[in-house]
Amino acid sequence: MANKENKNEIVEVSAPATGMQVIFREFKKDKLAMFSLIALVIVIIGVFIWAKLIDEQALMRVSLRDKYAPPGDKFFLGADQGGKAILGQLIIGAKNSITIAIFITLITGVFGIVVGLICGYFGGWIDNIFMRIIDFFITIPSLMLIIVFVTIIPKYSITMFILILSIFIWPPTARLVRSKALSESRRDYVNASKTLGTSGFLIIFKEIMPNLSSILIVEMTLNFAGNVGIETGLSFLGFGLPPSTPSLGTLISYANNPLVLQEKWWVWLPASIFILLMMLGINYVGQALRRSADAKQRLG
Amino acid sequence: MWKTIVRRTLIMIPQLLVLSLLIFTMAKFMPGDPFTGKITPETDPNRIEELRELAGLNDPWYEQYAHWMLRAVQGDFGKSYTYKIGVSTLIGERAVNTFWLSLVSAILLYIIAIPLGIIAGRYQDTLADKVIVLYSFIVYAIPTFVLSLIFLFLFGYKLHWFPTVGSVDIQYDPGTFGYIWSKVYHMLLPAITYAILATTGVIQYLRSEIIDSKSQDYVRTARSKGIPISKVYSRHILRNSLLPIAAFFGFTITGLLGGSIFIETIFGYPGMGQLFISSIASRDYSVITALVMLFGFLTLLGSLLSDIIMSIVDPRIRIE
Repeated sequence: MANKENKNEIVEVSAPATGMQVIFREFKKDKLAMFSLIALVIVIIGVFIWAKLIDEQALMRVSLRDKYAPPGDKFFLGADQGGKAILGQLIIGAKNSITIAIFITLITGVFGIVVGLICGYFGGWIDNIFMRIIDFFITIPSLMLIIVFVTIIPKYSITMFILILSIFIWPPTARLVRSKALSESRRDYVNASKTLGTSGFLIIFKEIMPNLSSILIVEMTLNFAGNVGIETGLSFLGFGLPPSTPSLGTLISYANNPLVLQEKWWVWLPASIFILLMMLGINYVGQALRRSADAKQRLG
Repeated sequence: MWKTIVRRTLIMIPQLLVLSLLIFTMAKFMPGDPFTGKITPETDPNRIEELRELAGLNDPWYEQYAHWMLRAVQGDFGKSYTYKIGVSTLIGERAVNTFWLSLVSAILLYIIAIPLGIIAGRYQDTLADKVIVLYSFIVYAIPTFVLSLIFLFLFGYKLHWFPTVGSVDIQYDPGTFGYIWSKVYHMLLPAITYAILATTGVIQYLRSEIIDSKSQDYVRTARSKGIPISKVYSRHILRNSLLPIAAFFGFTITGLLGGSIFIETIFGYPGMGQLFISSIASRDYSVITALVMLFGFLTLLGSLLSDIIMSIVDPRIRIE
């Protein structure tokens, strides 16, 4: 009995650190990433709870008496052209922008990963067809096409907007996953599994995908940051969310009016700073995750 | 080598064809046409219909596409409905502005990024390195339009260091020194913004390349022969690390093109990116389609250029 316990101990000591442990160690070593992660979680949860408490209809009601009210007692962050509180719009806008970025990341992530894994594993004509499509998407001016797309949809909704963006954003993920899956499918364990008669489907999703999980997490995290940037950028240009739906980009777009940019800084600056800090935070977390995915870069 | 270039160039043709078909169909689906905006209670609906017929807007789409393609290959993209001049002339004028803006940006980019990358790589893990890495990190994270607005606010409106709109002061005549200086002056702030945003890639590449080179055999050999460290850097490491930067040039162009939509719109700079946004607003199909085709072509050209330079510079990655 004692012997057995002993053995268990030895096994535990010599077992290599698993994914979660490595990630945890990496974050413990990198204080900034740890801080970013905690701050991000608090801010995102905070934004969602706060947004629930805001009466959006009351918030979006125009009140000309408060036009461009500066920050003060009545409005903590001032008001915009319609006398609508900036703080409330910032919270609702952040909620919308984050939600949209999460959805786009999930859709493009799932699609890109599935396509990438299938192409990388099977190769052949499936791979060829998808690679041509991916090549095409990567060499086109996608920002312009998204803008054209958004203008041709007569009454587009948030769902439509998410789908349009997703069409143009999945290819880089698919290409990355494909290249990783390609090298992974040449490994011995895959060959062994093949000889045992395991189906391709099972090998791909039960054996290869878990081994790529750390890379996939990094890719999704950084994609999320990118998607926040794309949505807010398009909303800024006026091709994003419908005007009645606040987004961080819409708030910043008020600065297209030189008067607002010069004198009413409270309208656009808070949203700009919010985006900047959120992007920094996500990227710090992404870097730490990337280090845990690549043994050569690890700190801990 | 030549075979590769020819093959890559040939692949561009079907890609451009698919792009043209895509953008043409999309433009056709746009709500309203250039004449919708002109309808007032006084206009005769028959007159509008006549204009539509005349512009060929009532033909089946494939006929319109064939017509458009035939003329497009000859460099004729039709006439802009808004500006009443040929699309090629219109884009030509704007392209010159965008070209100069990109060139000045590219020069500034290398002036900023190369020294920073070298310092970070050579003095790895020192305070200077950490500051540079932090800088490139912030720049990487900040969206184009946010940095542009903050710069415009700070350096344009608050400090009055730079003009805030346009590409030249109207008081100068073309060709004079004042005119040229005014052009450069107007270009400077958007170009600096552009350049700063693009520095991350070059800095990180140079830094990791130099750190890599330090442990290479050729560096150790040179050191063991008694060559001073500064000479090893200038003669060996830099030469090997700087060349691939040249290969990024193509990608830099691509990046600048993508950013031009934001930068030109925010800085009120009359280039192709700004033209695109205003054409979308006025449903100027001919200009929209021509611009997308041009950007698509330039993007393809940029990546082809990068591959060619890369294969010349680094024989290890020669494409077969």
